[in-house]
Amino acid sequence: MNKKKTRPLAILKNGLLDENPTFRLLLGMCPTLAITTAAINGIGMGLAATFVLVGSNVFVSLLRNFIPPKVRIPAFVVIIAAFVTIVQLVLKAYVPALDKALGLFIPLIVVNCIIIARSEAFAYKNSVGASFLDGIGIGIGFTIALVLVASIREILGNGTIFGASLFGENFAPALGMVMPAGGFITLGLLIGLINKVVSVRQKKKGAH
Amino acid sequence: MDKYTLSSSPHVRSAETTGRIMLDVIIALLPATVLGVVFFGWNALWVVLVSTAAAVATEALLQKLMKKKITITDGSAAVTGLLLALNLPPSVPLYIPIVGSVFAIAIVKQCFGGIGSNFLNPALAARAFLMLSWTPAMTSWTMPADAVSTVTPLAAIKEAGAGAPSPYLDMFLGTVGGCIGETSALALLIGGIYLVARRVIDPSIPLIYIATVGLFTWVAGPDGLFTGDGLYHMLAGGLMLGAIYMATDYTTSPMTVKGRIIFALGCGVVTSVIRLWGGYPEGVSYSILLMNLFVPLIDRAIKPRMFGSVALKEAGK
Repeated sequence: MNKKKTRPLAILKNGLLDENPTFRLLLGMCPTLAITTAAINGIGMGLAATFVLVGSNVFVSLLRNFIPPKVRIPAFVVIIAAFVTIVQLVLKAYVPALDKALGLFIPLIVVNCIIIARSEAFAYKNSVGASFLDGIGIGIGFTIALVLVASIREILGNGTIFGASLFGENFAPALGMVMPAGGFITLGLLIGLINKVVSVRQKKKGAH
Repeated sequence: MDKYTLSSSPHVRSAETTGRIMLDVIIALLPATVLGVVFFGWNALWVVLVSTAAAVATEALLQKLMKKKITITDGSAAVTGLLLALNLPPSVPLYIPIVGSVFAIAIVKQCFGGIGSNFLNPALAARAFLMLSWTPAMTSWTMPADAVSTVTPLAAIKEAGAGAPSPYLDMFLGTVGGCIGETSALALLIGGIYLVARRVIDPSIPLIYIATVGLFTWVAGPDGLFTGDGLYHMLAGGLMLGAIYMATDYTTSPMTVKGRIIFALGCGVVTSVIRLWGGYPEGVSYSILLMNLFVPLIDRAIKPRMFGSVALKEAGK
């Protein structure tokens, strides 16, 4: 791992753009496509995943010297499942509407590849503090990505943002954008755009 | 020495260019377009103009943004816009052709690399997206000339109580409800014959496609085997338009004759199945899109014999 990434701020920033889980690592595509029909779902899913990610990163990092390499994946899943259970019960108790909108995708955070990937690739090899920051950075990156995709789809497909009407009664929204096809199109275009932004930035850095 | 120029193949060029082929397609579509405007009124003309202009403008703008060579003069974007318009109901609000053309050119064509690289027929993919997004506007039909809402010949036989089936002659001439350019089998056939005579399209796809639909709907009739009205199904809906102008798109149809036969058979079977047992009255656009996706597989499975391979085998004996 390169030296720069061990600085706290660099770890935190890493997940926002350079290693954004959705746009750069292409992980967690399933919830991204399924729940991004409304911006509020994006925030809910993103924050739930961030909480699980931070919790599991910290605990995997704490236990990294006790977990034998051969059984590390099952051990990760047990740790992640514990945090997912907490999230699920909290959502059911306090925001049942959101729980209903996200449905099956909350329990499915257990097998969300972003979280397992960060346990395996980062927390299992790094200190508790660094893993905590990595969890926050990646989690926020995931949340931003979800809200971005969901906002575009909600505005075009429903004429609203966070449930508030934008264009008045005469606007006929493109229903196709909140259907699965719209999810794939929006995600594909955003991935292309962000890759372009990152490559332009890297070229600039290289030129200096 | 400087008499010799080195270049990669092809070395023999014909006078046939993309621009000439696209011009032929536009000429072939003119009878259907003119008849559509005559039957359905001024809004149909606006839909055609707006759709074509939006397609050309999108192509020019995107190619400028991507710093590519601007190729709108080859007419391929205009053909896409025109085909999309002919596949829209005559009474649609004008934002529908605009969104459709932008979708066809930006998403389906340019995102995949421009002309020759699209994996679906752009006009049909755009129609499918419009159908998903604005279903009511995309399925309300007005009767030619007097702007009274009506049903298409296919809806008439599919939905109980929707209306009486149309007479064959009306469907042949085009004085029935439907999309702007799909109703007149006569105008579409004239254009098709022109394209075949100019050798722009290979007649095997349209002939096999239309024949398959006729045969299938005749055999699988409503009152048992061989009781269906194959002729009605061959004349109704977007079959002629789809079979002659969309299924024959070079990029999204197979390269070999055998492959084209399979492709056309597939289109015909899927269209008939959707029409007879599916949820929609019409299945031409979805069947062509579905078969477009199979084209790479068909091309891989059916390879022409390598040049010289027979001689090699005989030499080995």
